[in-house]
Amino acid sequence: MRIERRLHQPRWLSVAVPIGSLGVAFLGVAIVLAATGHEPIKTFRELIDAAFIADGALSASLTTATPLLFTGLAAAVAFRIRLFNIGGEGQLYFGAIGAAAAALLLNGQSTFVLIVAMCVSGAASGAAWALIPGLLRAYLSTNEIITSLMLNYVAGLLLNYLIFDSQSYWRDTSSPEAKVFPQGKTLPTEADWPTSMLGSVVIPLGFLLAIALAGVLWVLYSRTRFGFEAQVIGDSPRAAQYAGMSTRRKILAVMCLSGAIAGIGGASQDGDFRHQLDARGLQQPGYGYSGIVVAALARYNPFAVVLVALLLGGLQNAGYTLQGPDFPSGLTGVMQGMILFAALGGELLVRYRFRFGWSARRAAAAEAAR
Amino acid sequence: MNNSILVVVLASAVAYGTPLLYAALGELLAERAGVLNLGVEGMMLVGAVMGFWAVQRIGGPAGVVLPLAITVAALAGAVVALIHAFLVITLRANQIVSGLALTIFAGAAGLSSYLGNDLHLADAPAKYSLASVNAFGLDDLPIVGPIVFGQSWLVYASWVCVVAVGLYLSRTRPGLNLRAVGESPAAADAMGIDVIAYRYAHTVAGGVFAGVGGACFSLALTPQWVDGLTGGAGWIAIALVIFAFWRADLCLVGAYLFGAFQALPFTLQAREVRIAPTEVYQSLPYVMTIVVLVLVSSVGAKRRLGAPGALGVPYVREER
Repeated sequence: MRIERRLHQPRWLSVAVPIGSLGVAFLGVAIVLAATGHEPIKTFRELIDAAFIADGALSASLTTATPLLFTGLAAAVAFRIRLFNIGGEGQLYFGAIGAAAAALLLNGQSTFVLIVAMCVSGAASGAAWALIPGLLRAYLSTNEIITSLMLNYVAGLLLNYLIFDSQSYWRDTSSPEAKVFPQGKTLPTEADWPTSMLGSVVIPLGFLLAIALAGVLWVLYSRTRFGFEAQVIGDSPRAAQYAGMSTRRKILAVMCLSGAIAGIGGASQDGDFRHQLDARGLQQPGYGYSGIVVAALARYNPFAVVLVALLLGGLQNAGYTLQGPDFPSGLTGVMQGMILFAALGGELLVRYRFRFGWSARRAAAAEAAR
Repeated sequence: MNNSILVVVLASAVAYGTPLLYAALGELLAERAGVLNLGVEGMMLVGAVMGFWAVQRIGGPAGVVLPLAITVAALAGAVVALIHAFLVITLRANQIVSGLALTIFAGAAGLSSYLGNDLHLADAPAKYSLASVNAFGLDDLPIVGPIVFGQSWLVYASWVCVVAVGLYLSRTRPGLNLRAVGESPAAADAMGIDVIAYRYAHTVAGGVFAGVGGACFSLALTPQWVDGLTGGAGWIAIALVIFAFWRADLCLVGAYLFGAFQALPFTLQAREVRIAPTEVYQSLPYVMTIVVLVLVSSVGAKRRLGAPGALGVPYVREER
């Protein structure tokens, strides 16, 4: 057998490989399931039913797909230029904090004003939190992977502090039971983001916003000077330096952009789904980490992020619905990991070609003759 | 005197630093071979859950069960590391993405949690845990007693590991080969060193150490199974390797420094010292990791002091 680099990559491969990888991943999950005494086929059938087919399943899947779409886009813009921002989780919390503050502050304004204010405030808060690892990376070349990850824990602790351990602006202290069971203040009803219907499927506003954002990002990366320079910096920092591109400013800009997208994801959590600063509910699902899986599977392409977010959102939603003895929690992470492993392995098939037996010998002979 | 807060914090700094030390030594070996493994957190958690499972399910006296449990944890870590090794060494996948995938696959919402649930491990304390031993009967010595002589044997074993890894890297033939593989795999290959075998072996060794580090949590520190009980220790261990300039002896120093930050919230809570909200103490390990990384990188990263030259780069013989 010989492995050689492909000189040009056929188009059909970029469709066939992801689908094949998905098949391999589910085979891997089936092995884990069978090894721990579950029936893989039955579990998969239940899974697909709960994710996409049952009554209301699609609407529920969109609820989990929406935050994944935001965090997936956030990871994709940064990873694409090899800026490994894994702080999407914390930036989403900050977006939620900022958006909730705006909604509480502007109580009484119209829904439109509130939506705009929540998005702006959420984006700004997420960007500010992302700026910390961005600045450290740009000016002190500190590894952004570790700093952005550490800040996720800090942001989570801040959420806990605001809701459980202080009399903060966000915490509901109006009634005696709210003092015993701490929770966030309910946002004004004008801050409930409107939904639209497609048949019987409820589409949250955040989902539409995120799709629009995906379009904007695609234009930014493929049609503007900014996007071009950012990619050059990602692919070859030295070439960018010789061409006179400002690496530092690009790092800061992309980091802020990434944080802002995750921050709007946090705003959508407040406006679309939770209607309060929900400290526990935001931390439990790990949207930021799943967003990395989404981005990597989509190979950092914004439109592919939409599709992958729908798929993984469906699986995550099914995981919540089915959670129980037949479907232990943690299986969602196992599936996500397996899918990503398979996709990473599949990458090899796109980049290299395998020759076996006779064909390999002929290629070796051709090379020897050269 | 041995009850004074400083001695208690220092003694628990050693205890809490030990899992960091094991994980960092493992990551050090993998990175010296040129393989960056960001899946340490995942490997630790799987080690923790499997070690705990072994203690609960294997019958026998503590003296037999506990070493067996540590072995199970080490093997579990090795198996998880093997996935990363296969992806990045054989399939030449991006090491950063593969490592992140490993943590998502195995970590707090993944395989470790799946196993913990499916094997019904939560909500029961460990049948046996690694208690502190009284080494040479000296644990009531003032100050050094609790810090040095009153630890569990995992702590003493970790000291042996530090010396062993340090000597291995600097004084043995395979250690020298390993460094060559990490610095310049093409040159190592030309010398006749099997680059692929070295990378596999040391990535898997990293998994063994991370598994033992995880077991420190579930068998000694906590000692029970809680989802995500390592709380980011695997990531701190990765930072620790950078802090230690890829040297085993400095890993020890760094581990106890970070161990102190991890131990401080618990000690202060136990003593009901309340100068700031608990969240401030709890965020200390994470904030200090960032601070230390910033200090180290402003000193060393300009020239990547100590970092193996080929760290994170796949080796493809045909494209030398």
